[in-house]
Amino acid sequence: MTDGVGVELENLWIRFGEFVAVRDASVNINGGDFFSFLGPSGCGKTTILRAVSGFLQPSEGRVLIGGRDMAGIGPNKRPTALIFQNLALFPLMKVWENITFSMEVRGASASERRRRADELLEMIALEGQGNKLPGELSGGQKQRVAIARALCAEPDVLLLDEPLSALDLKLRQHMRTELRAIQQRVGITFIYITHDQGEALTMSDNVAVMRAGVIEQIGTGHAIYDLPATPFVASFVGENNVFRGKVLEVKGDEALIRTNRSGDLLAQITPAARGVLKVGDDAMMFVRPEAFSLVDDAGAHAGKSLTARVVNEEFEGNSYSVFLESEGGKRIKMSLPNVGQERVVSTGDDLILKYELRNAVAMPAGELASE
Amino acid sequence: MARPRLFAEYFRTNGRFLGITMMLLVGFWIIVLILLPQLSMLDFSFRYNLPPAEQGGPKDVYTLDNYRHLIYGAGGGEGSYNTVDLMVFGRTILAAMAVTVADLILCYPLAYYLGQSRGSGFVRLLVVLLIIPYWINEILRAFAFRIIFADGGIINAAMMGLGLIDQPIDFIRADIALYTGLGYAYILLMLFPMYNAIESLDRNQIEAARDMGASWVHIHRRIVIPHAKPGISSGMTMVFMLSAGALAAPQILGGPSSLWFTQLVYQWFNNSLNWQQGSAYAIVLLMASIAIVLTFMKIFRVNMGDIGK
Repeated sequence: MTDGVGVELENLWIRFGEFVAVRDASVNINGGDFFSFLGPSGCGKTTILRAVSGFLQPSEGRVLIGGRDMAGIGPNKRPTALIFQNLALFPLMKVWENITFSMEVRGASASERRRRADELLEMIALEGQGNKLPGELSGGQKQRVAIARALCAEPDVLLLDEPLSALDLKLRQHMRTELRAIQQRVGITFIYITHDQGEALTMSDNVAVMRAGVIEQIGTGHAIYDLPATPFVASFVGENNVFRGKVLEVKGDEALIRTNRSGDLLAQITPAARGVLKVGDDAMMFVRPEAFSLVDDAGAHAGKSLTARVVNEEFEGNSYSVFLESEGGKRIKMSLPNVGQERVVSTGDDLILKYELRNAVAMPAGELASE
Repeated sequence: MARPRLFAEYFRTNGRFLGITMMLLVGFWIIVLILLPQLSMLDFSFRYNLPPAEQGGPKDVYTLDNYRHLIYGAGGGEGSYNTVDLMVFGRTILAAMAVTVADLILCYPLAYYLGQSRGSGFVRLLVVLLIIPYWINEILRAFAFRIIFADGGIINAAMMGLGLIDQPIDFIRADIALYTGLGYAYILLMLFPMYNAIESLDRNQIEAARDMGASWVHIHRRIVIPHAKPGISSGMTMVFMLSAGALAAPQILGGPSSLWFTQLVYQWFNNSLNWQQGSAYAIVLLMASIAIVLTFMKIFRVNMGDIGK
């Protein structure tokens, strides 16, 4: 496997008239990485992809592919291949013609193209289907044809614009695994655009989370899930309980926060906010539903526990979602794994929830992801 | 197999009452307004031009004389051909083809531009501006062309004013006015089917092709034109049929020495009051036009169903 060609964005700004679609984005994507841009619709992630593929010129800043500045180089001259959200297969061409379109453009002979098409069809497990029209294939098969068509051009960088969004859940999950496997096999850089955090977390080496044109955090899936840099990331990726309050005390990387409705709680300060978060600041603190566990006695867990009454519970198959309310009226969600016991808690129970310090993250208050 | 299912489907979506009403209306249109008149024309074309008293009498029998006249002329002799009428016929067909191709070349870029810049206010304004001149009667438009192309018309005046020519060009005699007028008369029938077809093309397909390195020529040849083929063929069919059968533009814009085949038909009906002969000429024109359209559809692999799209 080769090292692959990296992609760098340097202080990228993209404006449409007054509207700023991308604001000062800088990313360094390593060659051979599976890199995702994750964010809600309209956050500018597709705009970034179009700037990398060359359909759009940045207003400011540079796009470098393999260290080469791409300014003024059109999409047909870049070492990238784009897979569109709707796949954009050519409906009037046969599958094999679709796959080898990039070779047709270069003037390759029909026999050469057929041979290459057969190879790629085998790779995507569609042997013998080359003479069909795209309309005769199922959703997942079309998906794979689109991938084969993009790979046929032997790009250094494959760009994917939410290609799984049209598939149903089961197929989507299957395709995640398959995409990841293909990426590892061909060893080229994949840049993946999605609003689905599940896709981003399962497939990617690294993820950039975007909001309103700004990259809020870049890191591995783990870093983004466990140590979100901003309230937006904390609330957009996965589920989270947010506690608002003021910083009472800062001790090294830890902060004691006087929450509005749940007493004083301890949390670690997210790396990005260390040295920034000061005593007296408005802060937000996040604890994920699965980070809570039940204890009988709060005494041993001072600052890392709270009491609340069960309002409702839902059985989700692999877990129970328990909705609680603290004395101050703060709503909290916890999730308990289903390990075979019947009802663990029931409505009206008063419970003591505790968490580990590493599972609680504090940061300056900010905007949350809207539901 | 397929046909009963087609009808069942049709009645399911439209309901019995609406379905039958629509079928009756379409049937009335096709049978009473198109088929029956054409059949009586066909019948006329095989009969002698007899005074009313003899019609239906013993002399009123079927004959091929009217068709023979187009080929061999009044004498009906075997050696001499009716070169004048045959030349007019050939020229009409060729000129109608040329007008069709010219309209295609003019309309394709425009249809592409309109179709791909979908829905913006400016485009809608452009489309309206294209339609408005068609509110004016076809004959008036033809006369307007005559004025524009006249010796002292705006084009000659402008070119002389610029010093490009010192004698006015006789656009009428050179048939330039006629071809321009015909091209203009039916250009929207070329533009709109193409515009509709291109508008439905997914922009991503063009971008995908570009992303894979395709040149503009390649994109048009492999993606846009195949997609627009139904629109192109219905546009070409309409423009060809209508210009081959045009009467107003040739009457008004044709040069003194040039006749359009429809003018011959008109003369037989109106001046010579020989409907039988006129019918034969009209039938020949109709059959030739249909044959040409079907031949080209076969060559370019267009299905009849595509044209209805």
